[in-house]
Amino acid sequence: MTRADAVAQVAAAAGARSLVVACNGMIGRELYTRADAPTRFYMIGSMGLASSIGLGLALVQPSRTVVVFDGDGNVLMNLGGVASVAAARPANFHHVIFDNAAHGSTGNQRTISDRVALESIARAAGYRACRRVSSEGELADALGSWFGTEGPSMLLVAVDRGNVAGIGRVELSPAELTSRFRASVSAA
Amino acid sequence: MGRAFLELLEGFGYNFFTGVPCSLFEGVTRILDDEPRYGYISAVREDSALGLAAGAYLGGRQPVVLMQNSGLGTSVNALVSLHQIYDIPALLVVSWRGRDGADAPEHAIMGRIMERFLSLLQIPFAVFDPDRVATQLESLTATMRATHKPVALVVPKGILDR
Repeated sequence: MTRADAVAQVAAAAGARSLVVACNGMIGRELYTRADAPTRFYMIGSMGLASSIGLGLALVQPSRTVVVFDGDGNVLMNLGGVASVAAARPANFHHVIFDNAAHGSTGNQRTISDRVALESIARAAGYRACRRVSSEGELADALGSWFGTEGPSMLLVAVDRGNVAGIGRVELSPAELTSRFRASVSAA
Repeated sequence: MGRAFLELLEGFGYNFFTGVPCSLFEGVTRILDDEPRYGYISAVREDSALGLAAGAYLGGRQPVVLMQNSGLGTSVNALVSLHQIYDIPALLVVSWRGRDGADAPEHAIMGRIMERFLSLLQIPFAVFDPDRVATQLESLTATMRATHKPVALVVPKGILDR
């Protein structure tokens, strides 16, 4: 399954009311291109920090579902973020990893997630629910109830390497993204 | 004066606290750790604390991030590629280990360059003066709100240790 299709499928299941933090790199750009909404916050730098940003958000907005769209390279860069989520145990926090075992934005250089199972780390750390899926059918099956269950959860979606055509860059400035996102939180 | 300092911060509207401890502000983190009403999150690293603070701001809070000055090094990318470009304000409370060269070797260089380092990162800062800290915080907070970017209060030894 392509990462862009998986991103779109997860975004559809999460819905536009869920607050989404997307890591830097292609994942955020794919989410922006396929399913933008004011409730989406796209990182362009600070690699590794999506889970930390999502955790801070989940803790201060406990009534909102928070979904972090993350990559294997990002998670590995800040594994302490996984430990922090597990320790805080926010029920409204859902971590979705699009894992292609590669740094997709810099030329598909290998990461180490082909040898280190990130969902096993999350389970050992104390996430309430962890699952690995590797086909569109399995993903659809998992997504049926995923965001309605108690977090913190980690859904690891194994995706193909490579980038699909037609994925643009986020057109809003970083500062515009912040104000748009904050307005969407306080509006609801 | 840990208690008075926290009351001052709350008075200026700060309502989310995270960070990594330092002995120079042990008197503050002891209260934050002991009293659940602060919701203090003990972060694993200083850049992770900055991520937590950014998330809290996106969710409507005004964060404070406490760290030792050694953590400024760890924080650089989060400051310049998250907070500063996304207009995410935060008050950084940064200890000043290695001031005047009288400290452990690992703090010597950062202690010596810290003021220039903060200036280079374009972070407005003040060095904690117990007699004027309310005025200092008022000024830093006004700058932070006007610019939507981080500011720092630098904490020397002997003020918030106990």
